[in-house]
Amino acid sequence: MNEYTYPMLFGITIGTIARFLMLKTDYRQYPTYLHGKIIHLALGFIAASLGAVAVPAIMEKEFTAVTFLTIAASQFREVRNMERNTLAEMDSYELVPRGNTYIEGIAVAFESRNYLVIFTSLLGTMTYLAWNIYAACIVAFFCYIIIRKYMSGSTLGNIVDIEQASVSFDGAGLYVDNIYIMNIGIPERQEEILKYGMGFILTPKNFDVRSTIANLGQRQAILHDISISLGVFRDSGTPALVPLIKRDLDDGRIGVFILPQDKDLNKAVKVLQSVPVLENAIRMPSESKAQSKE
Amino acid sequence: MVLEKAILATITTNANKVTAGASIFICDSKEEMDKVAANLEAILDGIGHALSDELYIIVKH
Repeated sequence: MNEYTYPMLFGITIGTIARFLMLKTDYRQYPTYLHGKIIHLALGFIAASLGAVAVPAIMEKEFTAVTFLTIAASQFREVRNMERNTLAEMDSYELVPRGNTYIEGIAVAFESRNYLVIFTSLLGTMTYLAWNIYAACIVAFFCYIIIRKYMSGSTLGNIVDIEQASVSFDGAGLYVDNIYIMNIGIPERQEEILKYGMGFILTPKNFDVRSTIANLGQRQAILHDISISLGVFRDSGTPALVPLIKRDLDDGRIGVFILPQDKDLNKAVKVLQSVPVLENAIRMPSESKAQSKE
Repeated sequence: MVLEKAILATITTNANKVTAGASIFICDSKEEMDKVAANLEAILDGIGHALSDELYIIVKH
């Protein structure tokens, strides 16, 4: 026991709690219960320890100890790789795959959350050592608020207007509203699609959103999320029954064609509204120099 | 080169419309053609597309 023991224990505890709060297993069931969670809690504990140790090390003039943090950085990059590999491996067994953009988004979130843990425990230990435990508790509380704020990005409901549209056939061509989806030749399949299919039109609220929802990864994420939440009328031997999203080239609207097992309109709209907007899909044409000259 | 899409079979009621390439199935009626196409779709794990009323293709996507 020395003067650093309690501050370090404090830092490690708040860091681990922060990681626990960020591990939210929702409808995506990822990380999977127990085993997946234990992995991430353990990594969160390591991250918290690294953050907590850094401050006493500097106070003892052990500046080389800061190189520990670079080890931490490469360690957590490895976490990102691990998540990416696992998810990509499993993706081929999904009826409606997540898509690489979604997977990358999840992997990046895992990596960045470990850094948030490091900062939380670092700040906690630092304030404990500089002032007292009460100040450290206040800092920890603010860290949690910041973490919560940055944990959730925007959702599709913020950037598009969602309305239901008719699913119809013109000859063999399947249409959602006036957007062509695909060619379905066999009458049997056409009947199934008319019976089980649902169509939605997502209209972008501004010009920036057009390119975001045009992103193929974002579109796949929409299909994946809606298939998870409402079920999907599809099996491995029925390639014709596939949820798809196509774009209206004229005005950037997208036509979403889905085959839900639960054909509840309100639920479907709610699910569409809460699909996350993927970081990697966000584009800002309005920020470009060419646009600002106008 | 990896082919991402390929025509696996052609089903038609009009033999004059097709020559060679993928396996060709010539049927007598539209009903027979629908049935053969539905079967082939399941067997080949491809999607049946209609090019016209008398010509279907099964495509692997």
